[in-house]
Amino acid sequence: MQFKEGAWTQEINTRDFIVKNYTPYDGDESFLTAPTERTRKLWEEVCDLMKTERERNGVLDISTDTVSTISSHDAGYIDKDLETIVGLQTDAPLKRAIMPFGGYRMVKNSLEAYGFQEDEHVKEIFKYRKTHNDGVFDAYTDEMKLARHTGIITGLPDAYGRGRIIGDYRRVPLYGVDYLIEQKKTAKKEMILDIMDSPTIRLREEISEQIRALEELKVMAAKYGYDISGPAQDTKEAIQWLYFAYLAAVKEQNGAAMSLGRTSTFLDIYAERDLKEGRYTEEQIQEFVDHFIMKLRMVRFLRTPAYDELFSGDPTWVTESIGGMCVDGRHMVTKMSYRYLHTLTNLGPAPEPNMTILWNTRLPENFKDYCAKMSIQTSAIQYESDNIMLEQFGDDYGIACCVSPMKIGKQMQFFGARCNLAKALLYAINGGKDERYGTQVGPYIAPLKSDRLEYAEVVGRFDYMCEWLSKLYINTLNIIHYMHDKYCYEKLQMALHDEKVFRTSAGGIAGLSVVVDSLSAIKYAKVKAIKNEDGLITDFEIEGDYPKFGNNDPRADEIAVEVVKEFMKKLSRHTTYRDSVPTMSILTITSNVVYGKKTGNTPDGRRAGEPFAPGANPMHGRDTHGCVASLKSVAKLPFKYAQDGISNTFSIVPGALGKTEAEQVNNLVSLMDGYFEDNGYHLNVNVLKREVLLDAMDHPELYPQLTIRVSGYAVNFIKLTREQQLDVISRTFHEKF
Amino acid sequence: MANNNDVIGYIHSVDSFGAVDGPGIRFVVFLQGCPLRCLYCHNPDSWKFKEGQKRSANDLMQEILGYKSYIRRGGVTLSGGEPFAQMEFVKALLSLCREHGIHTAVDTSGAIPLEVSKEGIDLADMLLLDLKAIDPQECLSLTGQDNRHALQTLAYCEQTGKKIWLRHVCVPGYTLDSGKLAQMADYLKSFQCVDRVELIPFHQMGSYKWEYLDTPYRLGAVEPPSAEEMEQAKELFRTRGLNAV
Repeated sequence: MQFKEGAWTQEINTRDFIVKNYTPYDGDESFLTAPTERTRKLWEEVCDLMKTERERNGVLDISTDTVSTISSHDAGYIDKDLETIVGLQTDAPLKRAIMPFGGYRMVKNSLEAYGFQEDEHVKEIFKYRKTHNDGVFDAYTDEMKLARHTGIITGLPDAYGRGRIIGDYRRVPLYGVDYLIEQKKTAKKEMILDIMDSPTIRLREEISEQIRALEELKVMAAKYGYDISGPAQDTKEAIQWLYFAYLAAVKEQNGAAMSLGRTSTFLDIYAERDLKEGRYTEEQIQEFVDHFIMKLRMVRFLRTPAYDELFSGDPTWVTESIGGMCVDGRHMVTKMSYRYLHTLTNLGPAPEPNMTILWNTRLPENFKDYCAKMSIQTSAIQYESDNIMLEQFGDDYGIACCVSPMKIGKQMQFFGARCNLAKALLYAINGGKDERYGTQVGPYIAPLKSDRLEYAEVVGRFDYMCEWLSKLYINTLNIIHYMHDKYCYEKLQMALHDEKVFRTSAGGIAGLSVVVDSLSAIKYAKVKAIKNEDGLITDFEIEGDYPKFGNNDPRADEIAVEVVKEFMKKLSRHTTYRDSVPTMSILTITSNVVYGKKTGNTPDGRRAGEPFAPGANPMHGRDTHGCVASLKSVAKLPFKYAQDGISNTFSIVPGALGKTEAEQVNNLVSLMDGYFEDNGYHLNVNVLKREVLLDAMDHPELYPQLTIRVSGYAVNFIKLTREQQLDVISRTFHEKF
Repeated sequence: MANNNDVIGYIHSVDSFGAVDGPGIRFVVFLQGCPLRCLYCHNPDSWKFKEGQKRSANDLMQEILGYKSYIRRGGVTLSGGEPFAQMEFVKALLSLCREHGIHTAVDTSGAIPLEVSKEGIDLADMLLLDLKAIDPQECLSLTGQDNRHALQTLAYCEQTGKKIWLRHVCVPGYTLDSGKLAQMADYLKSFQCVDRVELIPFHQMGSYKWEYLDTPYRLGAVEPPSAEEMEQAKELFRTRGLNAV
């Protein structure tokens, strides 16, 4: 059987292939099959390896003497006879590679932290080879360094790979590598413009790099005995080709988030054909999928403990986007969507790949129920609004990292971590001085008129401080991404993009609910500033009550909307690197703990050092009108002004979701339909008992696979630091008495 | 004539998410004031009449409508306190919900005489009837009032075909007794209107409120029932053909 032809046969156009050939599936999960004996055995071996890895402080082994490139390592296997899908980052499972192009210091510190020796030969090479990190610090201003030091801007990708780029890995199985190389060569030939200016020169150099990366990809596959120069012929090959493409990316880049894209419906086209033609059985296809997902769960990067403090749990963000609607009105759920989610049953729950459902209220009820059921069982799924994104991004976008939408193969972002708006508010109050260090970081503003904080005065000062911060922030990102392109270019991932790429500069904010509640306290209660002996305002006295974000109270919620809009407007006024369009996310992942640690007492009554709420969540314990009111508050935040995503984490004990399992499923579906109909953007769903988490803190060995969701990302609970574990538990559990 | 929708109710609090107070996701309104004084009450702060927040039915309805996308498959539950103790307000709110096509449930102890509550029952889509005890004497000692009104309410629902989820709190040493439970199940089994029986395990999560209100709490030493005990209790109802959860 031939695939239906179309534009995709004339040019690179994965979307056209999918839309012309996929089969929507309306049925339920009853067709799914249990893991094969081979799968069980293989997974057991992987679990043993992961256990040893945990026992060795989180790092099983490091390939210290080989700088990782697409084809640097020999073929590696878990158990060659059992694996149907092959390929590892190095020559042995869970053995981490070194990727020094982002920064050699990161490699050196990581090796030290885990008790490994620095390799002399590699050290010698990086005496002469400049890295992204070196470049950035050559260009940073003193002000940037200071802002980084006090933590008003944190988590910047200036010492490691920026990530958040999704290669269209599907192009490799669909076209084969040779065709892709040919297309790139043609593109380069046609790119001789009138003037050889920097942008053109850069692009020509980049395309040459991309072509080299594709050649290397073939070499890598050949080491495993595969020739991927032509298109994949069946399901097994399609999965294998696609995985090779992704593997090449994670061999080349230690990116903060190395997301997979939107692959399930694409692969389903091959599976449907093979089922019809009797080439493979359902059981065999599920086996390929199980083995593929297993591999994705094994992706590892070498990172420092300091990185872990920010983003705990050894995250890789292999985000896979599933579901959503097609522009032509059909839904895009296929049997493969089910098979992917079914790995959570066959292999047990896991944080990776980061299973992301593109929820649309029009998705088939069977699929909604199945997702809700899997959420209740595993807490390993996040949901994002296809209702919102379909309109703006079409039907072939994917989520990078946690909440960042982008058109696959056509769009990328310059990841910018986030700045601390709660700290910016304190700077506004303290005239630009840092509340912990006492040093002048921001621009000087005259002291407050009186000790009693006046709303209009504070808002005016905050606005001024944000003006300064947004400019500093964008300029810092400009340096980082200039250097990243120069020293650590993602040649393989960009080879799987069109030549003309839409770029965004993705800023972010942390501490939104702290700022909102602080401003609300100043407006609706009486807040008095308290100074220390040096005249620095370090504490606040609040008299009276005030409306808090998370209660569907317009007085607080309107402040939240204003803060988001204003900061985004400021970001968009600055000139960006490579004409990228500024966007903003409201997302922290686990870094809300560190941000809180670095921020003094705030006018909302939060104590110094106390964690912020994650992402766009209301502060813990302050949403007192039930979780729907809390969801409604967050849903009011305008996506238009936060197009890099708005993260919301929802945790509940199973009993509060309904008395019977069927009721729990129904209620969770209703909750999500309500939230997304209400223009909510993202929801992490945790259905967990508090006692289970408490027990897991004390007996991690009993919960190797316990997965929870934190602000856009799933983690293995036992891999969090104790502090982060406590933060997760203390957060609103939406418990019902 | 003054618009009925302006009638004022005394509200203890509202909860935007109830998933265990009737079918589906429900917006729950807790009304202030209750004539009973149950020993195991977990909301003693809702006893006193004429306290709490004063709100008009109209105003509350506006808030509820904001939640429509969530409660489409659920609805609104009036709880308390005892909702039927504020009949005029309850009638107004139930009528408004009806106008907007929102499903309603009233969580009642059945302590209000039927002559008073009848109109409210007629307006509600269903009742969550909390039957404290089947024996009048025991009911009196548990709550301060016997169960005649509750049983009349039940009979009226049977007569009018009003759906009921019957609730009963299982308190070890008081109501968690196989003899008493069997007696209740025997009484209930012939009622067509009883769609399900919800046996609710006693818990201590309301005890801090007694302390806070400086009211002597006699159940401080009572342990919540075990999962097995609850399962056995449910079985007593199931064997009599009742849908116990």
